[in-house]
Amino acid sequence: MSTMTEVMTTADAAGGSRGSRRRPTRRPLASPLRPRKSVAFTLLMGIFVIYSLVPLVWLVINSTKTQAGLFSSFGLWFDDDFVFFQNIWETLTYKDGIFLRWFGNTLLYVVLGAGGATLLATLAGYGLAKFRFTGRRAVFAVVLGAIAVPGTALAVPTFLMFSQLGLTNTPWAIIIPSLISPFGLYLIWVYAVDSVPTELLEAARMDGAGEFRTFFTISIRLLSPGIVTVLLFTVVATWNNYFLPLIMLSDPTWYPLTVGLNQWSAQATGVSAQPIYNLVITGSLLTIVPIVVAFLGLQRFWQSGLSAGSVKQ
Amino acid sequence: MSNARSAVRRTLSVVAAAALIGTLAACSSGDDGGSAGSGSASDLDAALEKGGELTYWSWTPSAEAQVAAFEEAYPNVDVELVNAGTNTEEYTKLQNAIKAGSGAPDVVQIEYYAIPQFALSESLVDLSAYGLGDLEDQFSASTWGAVNVDGKLVGLPQDSGPMALFYNASVFDQYGIAVPTTWDEYVQAAKDLNAADPTKFITADTGDAGFTTSMIWQAGGRPFGIDGTDITVDLADEGTQKWTGVWNELVEGKLLSTTPGWTDEWYQGLGDGSIATLVTGAWMPGVLESSVPDAAGDWRVAPMPTYDGTPVTAENGGGGQSVTTQSENPALAAAFLRWLNSDPASIEVFLASGGFPATTADLENPDFVNLESEYFGGQKINEVLTQASKDVSTGWSYLPYQVYANSIFGDTVGQSYANNADLNDGLAAWQDQLVQYGNDQGFTVGE
Amino acid sequence: MAPFLVVFLLVFIAPVAYSIYLSLFREQMVGGNAFVGFENYVALFVDPQFWEGLGRVTLFLLVQVPVMLGLALVAALAIDSARLHASGFFRIVIFLPYAVPAVVAVLMWGFIYGDNFGLAANINDWLGSTVLTPFAREWILVSIGNIVTWEFVGYNMLIFYSALRVIPTDLYEAAELDGAGPMRVITGIKLPALRGAIVIATIFSIIGSFQLFNEPNILRTLAPNIITTYFTPNMYAYNLSFAGQQYNASATVAIVMGVLTAVIAYVVQLRGSRKEEL
Repeated sequence: MSTMTEVMTTADAAGGSRGSRRRPTRRPLASPLRPRKSVAFTLLMGIFVIYSLVPLVWLVINSTKTQAGLFSSFGLWFDDDFVFFQNIWETLTYKDGIFLRWFGNTLLYVVLGAGGATLLATLAGYGLAKFRFTGRRAVFAVVLGAIAVPGTALAVPTFLMFSQLGLTNTPWAIIIPSLISPFGLYLIWVYAVDSVPTELLEAARMDGAGEFRTFFTISIRLLSPGIVTVLLFTVVATWNNYFLPLIMLSDPTWYPLTVGLNQWSAQATGVSAQPIYNLVITGSLLTIVPIVVAFLGLQRFWQSGLSAGSVKQ
Repeated sequence: MSNARSAVRRTLSVVAAAALIGTLAACSSGDDGGSAGSGSASDLDAALEKGGELTYWSWTPSAEAQVAAFEEAYPNVDVELVNAGTNTEEYTKLQNAIKAGSGAPDVVQIEYYAIPQFALSESLVDLSAYGLGDLEDQFSASTWGAVNVDGKLVGLPQDSGPMALFYNASVFDQYGIAVPTTWDEYVQAAKDLNAADPTKFITADTGDAGFTTSMIWQAGGRPFGIDGTDITVDLADEGTQKWTGVWNELVEGKLLSTTPGWTDEWYQGLGDGSIATLVTGAWMPGVLESSVPDAAGDWRVAPMPTYDGTPVTAENGGGGQSVTTQSENPALAAAFLRWLNSDPASIEVFLASGGFPATTADLENPDFVNLESEYFGGQKINEVLTQASKDVSTGWSYLPYQVYANSIFGDTVGQSYANNADLNDGLAAWQDQLVQYGNDQGFTVGE
Repeated sequence: MAPFLVVFLLVFIAPVAYSIYLSLFREQMVGGNAFVGFENYVALFVDPQFWEGLGRVTLFLLVQVPVMLGLALVAALAIDSARLHASGFFRIVIFLPYAVPAVVAVLMWGFIYGDNFGLAANINDWLGSTVLTPFAREWILVSIGNIVTWEFVGYNMLIFYSALRVIPTDLYEAAELDGAGPMRVITGIKLPALRGAIVIATIFSIIGSFQLFNEPNILRTLAPNIITTYFTPNMYAYNLSFAGQQYNASATVAIVMGVLTAVIAYVVQLRGSRKEEL
């Protein structure tokens, strides 16, 4: 399953810079110019890596410190007190383990929201790509327009509507809006235009296969790299979703991690302030660990996809 | 109360209700916008007996234990405690729920400065209908004044924040600085300290609406006048100028730490002596104890400095709880509220969490007054703080849109702080925006 | 198709329609609700706070987007050049920040930026100076730009990189026969092939810039006077409705920004691709 490589052909196709698609012939990993590996060049890119990693390293290091140690020690090195596991324990048990509850909520939103969004985007994008009907361009314009209207500004109208439907302060207020991924729709659309040959569909229709059967037996397989990528993006989007839950939920038992962490951070202010910066930092770390692990897991798929491509050569 | 006034109020409530229905167009608006309360203390007892369910929004540390104690005392009542966010976050959610016509809790924690805003939109129940007006003599005058808006009792006070001077005695000793009793001495101390060690500042203030309004309050300024929907905003009155006269010396002289309040760096500054004093509410000891443990023994409390030596102070922060008009069981909600803020069992929990009371009985209780605080090096800090609660200057009021006003403080007065420029210019800009906003919202605003 | 459209109508079209409706009314705390036609739009066009915010995000757009996309492009070309050791490592590491929620990213950078006790302070101490003041007025936009760049450079890099991977080998072989050097290959083959990907990345970056909200809004507690309530149009819209209850003015800002963004995105799309497949 090659994911990223294929997907980005979509970007290519979207721009329409090159006419009909060739069967992608892969070049060997080293380009025909066969340049040598350059240590200097690698070191130069190392600066990039440092830039990307410093904040994450900072997060890891500081999750080992006590609240007091957080401020009194150098930011990029360890303090004398190493309380990493204590911090994790405190994070997980603070307020009767509300963090775990938030974690579960986030998983729920990701599974239902991102899963549903991917499904809907696939069906709709495929439909737009493969069925001619009037007003397709209009649908495209509307979808692009919808991305352009700032979501923060739509929050109030959405909140008032949802509130009338009795959905606010329930998980549905988070899940239903995340079901729509205009970007996902867009990706699948341009991807389907290229990767599912219309002739193949017509042949299937001639054989008397229904549209649904055609879709599930033929198209979905051809689309799978695109689908996985959309899934990746929607998972990240729902995992990181912050603003919508902030508006829609007043009861912390339904918060996702992002809103919960920000509430912990805000706890440091005012008359009855109870700062818990060490837990905010440890909680942040625990929040990004699963998604980073998921990324690293997917990394294998990209790599196998890439090398498979070169072997085919 | 004149007939004209009450006629205005009646119109107002009709208008407010109409506004609600208007916006929600096709949607039904959960309640009729007014409180249908009619009852008495015995009704409250009956409601407690009968029981039911309540939702209570609060972010205070004592809430959980208080709810538990209440449920034990009244097993028929089930209170669901929700932390809907800290201060302004909660107000945003409350405002949204009011706008939507549903979703507000039965009982909600609101700070004093925000109470008029919610009272105006008829979102809070007039508790005098349940006989809670009789509790007046249980509370300090300034807090009782803060929960009475336009002749209605819209909440009960929970805590109070009479201001005092908190100072780091070890820093003062180290540089031989005497504890200032007047603002002139305070400015002098600021100069001496910063001259002796440029990394140390007398205090941190990057512009905080609550602090500024309290300082104006102490100086005798009364910038906000409210009479129904007629409002005056005068941020250049005598008292205000008295304050800016002093504070400009600190702002323009760059004698203030630029660390924003309540940030991690701020807590650190309080711990390491780089922020040497805080002029703030009497609830501060609890925060210092729990969040700046390293500085235990360093801090002391003194009366707030004055302009002319006459003891006078103001309230800073603090708040209480109210019953919303969306509550389906306002009698039970009012009964819970009465227990929460006047029952000794509840107050005991509140005090144990480090809160500073609004109830006169506790403010005068020798056990409380003479308590020696270990954190403050054995000082009887409540002697100073309870005296401060008696010296609060009277006659202050907040705007009926103070939450908004405070939200744009940084845009206006904050610019004076950021540029080390004359505070009067920033205050003038704030005033302009407040006048314009008030007029836009249909108030009649004079200057 | 149908289920997508139903949900789409509910969560996108209906709120937009409701916003348009709201933008034509004015509701007051005292005095009720009234139809005012285009008055809100007129008021917005003479509102200096709106223009200031719009100017700021435009500046941000003109500086941060080219820098971010330029870095992403360089990284993609470098990883694709086969001249790097462990290019797979570079790819994943540069992409990692994208997985960090914006809230967490801003909290982290906020701690790092602290010029009293944060990393910035450590560096200042070390240099014995006070050059690093990430929260000063002159630097705040750079500080925010840095966070946004950090979050999204890897994401854009991956888009470019993947587009590079599908360039057919015969093009390179032809170039080799012609004796073209590496630079010539980049300008002659790789960049033209990236055109579509660059258009897409640009459009989404423009939308992102115009909607700038999370980063400045969360940093606001650390720099309250520098980041105003109208720092970006989106923050302005948010504060108008949530702090000021000016729902009508807020809806007006939303609609104006939406139309503006859509128009610019459309123009970029048109200019960026001559042949339109859709």
